[in-house]
Amino acid sequence: MRVAVASGKGGTGKTFVTVNLARTYNNPILVLDCDVEEPNTNLFLKGDLINERPSTILVPQVDESPCDGCRICAEVCEFNAIAVIAGKPLIFEDLCHSCGACATFCPQDALQEVEHVIGTVIERKSDSIRLIEGQIHVGKALAVPIIRDVKKESEKADEDMVLLDSPPGTSCPMVWTIGDADFVILVAEPTAFGLHDLQLAVETVEEVGIPFGVVINKDGIGDDRVEKFCTRHQIDIIARIPYDRHISEVYARGGDILEEYSYQVLFENLWQVIQQKVESQEVIHA
Amino acid sequence: MKIAFTASGDTLKSAFDNRFGRAEKFIIYDTDAGTYSVLDNAQNLEAAQGAGVQAAQHVVASGVEALVTGHLGPKAARVLFTAGVTAYHADAKTVEEALAMFNSKALKPLKDADVEGHWV
Repeated sequence: MRVAVASGKGGTGKTFVTVNLARTYNNPILVLDCDVEEPNTNLFLKGDLINERPSTILVPQVDESPCDGCRICAEVCEFNAIAVIAGKPLIFEDLCHSCGACATFCPQDALQEVEHVIGTVIERKSDSIRLIEGQIHVGKALAVPIIRDVKKESEKADEDMVLLDSPPGTSCPMVWTIGDADFVILVAEPTAFGLHDLQLAVETVEEVGIPFGVVINKDGIGDDRVEKFCTRHQIDIIARIPYDRHISEVYARGGDILEEYSYQVLFENLWQVIQQKVESQEVIHA
Repeated sequence: MKIAFTASGDTLKSAFDNRFGRAEKFIIYDTDAGTYSVLDNAQNLEAAQGAGVQAAQHVVASGVEALVTGHLGPKAARVLFTAGVTAYHADAKTVEEALAMFNSKALKPLKDADVEGHWV
């Protein structure tokens, strides 16, 4: 089973929910931190380093001798990543989206696709939790290829549960993260800002067509607008995490909030709800 | 020689545009003839990314030896410098004013990009 934790707004508590779900799961679990621009699950799920490898994309490299400066490579590039100056192509790797059109259309076979490092994929393990995270390198712009690399690792996973910590927002990196999940948890704050971004996230998840539920975090601040929105759209609120100063204090220290029994129960219950939702979905599909 | 100026209109009286890749137009001024033509940059104004690279190619293709603009990013600078175009920074209100600065040799050539690239 694959469960993704997402939100529209950043800072709503995705990592908090991910970390505590991972800790309350009774069997081996694989956690994928797909928030490659700011992976921070590792601050809480510390483990022994198992593996670290570069994440690469393919970019063109010019062999200047056969190149006759015909400009076809620059013309077919949809991303303005090639300029032909003084009869020779200049490649801008940071703009390249690895589509391969330049190399395919080059009549002289003067372009070769080579690997270009844009990030790192890191694997850690402690007890029954294995964490794989992607880290985009400073100055690089493409998050999706790194997310794809992180997710590729889960294809050969032994664990029967995969938990994905999504990047915030509703653009490509988030869609790529949740795309093949069986269930999406949308974490939202009960505020005007929280509702605005939750609405965008709901629209996206509905478009992708994955069952989902809302976890209200910091329940008690703001007002009931998120609640009303969920009722109106028949969206299930599957957990409420109270606005509790104690959580902030423990979390800020990197501590374990599950030492508090009520929170252990809260996340155990959340797992039950998720499993019921996924199972009922499977019945519908059968 | 021909010089490109970034502008937001079609004449020498037009406002000087501080941006390079997403300038609305380029005024291509011919110092020998004292005449100018206009190069439209609308396509790059809308580009999702790589506006500087494209704009620099167009400016190079227009046959200029110099560019006068507000700021220049690293990718556009690489294209221009490879092509041997000298870029100058000017703090001017109109194209006319920037041209006068150029003529009076008040402008210094940029050795490198003076702003960072913009990420998509």
